[in-house]
Amino acid sequence: MDTKKSMSVSTRASDPQGALTESSAGLLRELVAHLRQNRTQLREEWARRITRAELLTAMTEEEIFAEATAVYDNYVEALETGTFEALQAYSRRLSERIIPRGVETDEVVGIVLLLRDVLARSLFNKYQDNVEKLNRILDSYEPAANRIANTVAVGFVEERERIIRQQQEAIRELSTPVLQVRERLLILPIIGVIDPQRARQLTEQLLRAIRANRAKVVVIDVTGVAAMDSGVANHLVQTVEASRLLGATVIVTGLSPEIAQTLVTIGVDLSEMATVGDLQGGIEEAERLLADRAAMPGPQAGREPGMELTR
Amino acid sequence: MEVPILRQGQYLIASIQSALTDADLSHLREALIAQVGRSRCRGVIVDVTALDVMDSFAVRTLRDITHMARLRGAETVIVGIQPDVAFAMVQLGWTLKGVATVLDLEEGLAFLDGRTKERVVESKPKKPSSRG
Repeated sequence: MDTKKSMSVSTRASDPQGALTESSAGLLRELVAHLRQNRTQLREEWARRITRAELLTAMTEEEIFAEATAVYDNYVEALETGTFEALQAYSRRLSERIIPRGVETDEVVGIVLLLRDVLARSLFNKYQDNVEKLNRILDSYEPAANRIANTVAVGFVEERERIIRQQQEAIRELSTPVLQVRERLLILPIIGVIDPQRARQLTEQLLRAIRANRAKVVVIDVTGVAAMDSGVANHLVQTVEASRLLGATVIVTGLSPEIAQTLVTIGVDLSEMATVGDLQGGIEEAERLLADRAAMPGPQAGREPGMELTR
Repeated sequence: MEVPILRQGQYLIASIQSALTDADLSHLREALIAQVGRSRCRGVIVDVTALDVMDSFAVRTLRDITHMARLRGAETVIVGIQPDVAFAMVQLGWTLKGVATVLDLEEGLAFLDGRTKERVVESKPKKPSSRG
């Protein structure tokens, strides 16, 4: 039933039930006029109730009043025009402003519902002598008001989710740095929880970095990893093997006692993996490997200039 | 498509330029193994930089070339496996155990130089590179 009513609000002109539509449109106009007339008083009442309910505690009273005014005007406009785009855009902007200040979802839903209550209360007062008219006014007010409350709340939640996604992405990017400590030596410190998605991303970044930096030795430091399951351990083994295919030796350092016990208990085969106790030892070992390599004759020996096969 | 096999000093270099059919791969294997003996090479480099996919037959052929060339007295090194290809291979369990793999051609030459150092020292014939 709500759908049909709000339909009649938003598409008044095309509604075939002319008479009914006309009267409900008239009621809506009357309602909007009433809200415009009592704008100052109602939004003050609303701001008062917000403060009393201890909502939006992160904001000052002036800020609450300024936002309340803007929300109120947008609210009345949405009631009047039956279009929600402006309100949607406004609630998105509002969310952008208030989310960084720690405003919670329940507060936003709370204030919108409070506004709905304040306005309904004022309608009761105005039409208390004419119950039949009050009912009809409420019939056109309620669906629109509900939809407005919905729009604002959904806008807020969507904005929050967008921010969360953005932050997750940022954390993921931040948490997988591949560092070059010297010519041909890369370090990949892993910190935090490794889920399958992150593991795949780590591998991808590492393999690309090996190619880009022409790395010969890679030290993967897992000191900051609290736990590892068989899936992640096997992924680590695969990463080591894929790195070998690119010609790089991988040294894993910083396996905690817990992880060492887990891995042996669940029977992951790590025999192919070079492991060193801590990062310092790992880098020393890597430098030893690089020094061995440097002792070999250089790539230029036995090669004539001007021969290019790689593209 | 025929894969060109270049002679570079003591080494043979096969540079794969595009995706190969199984027949092409078999042909490459036969040509390489035949030439290793004929030109008395110490090393073989197979460059797969241009390959975006590698199937099981290709992987097996690379392994076979390595083992066969070793029997004929030459070390083999595979160069230029792409990161994505490498990870796909590992996930499928084709880890090319016992096969030397390095990043690129330059590394491959350095690797072979290191491997054949002792033998290179005794006699160093400087022949111009030629197509075989």
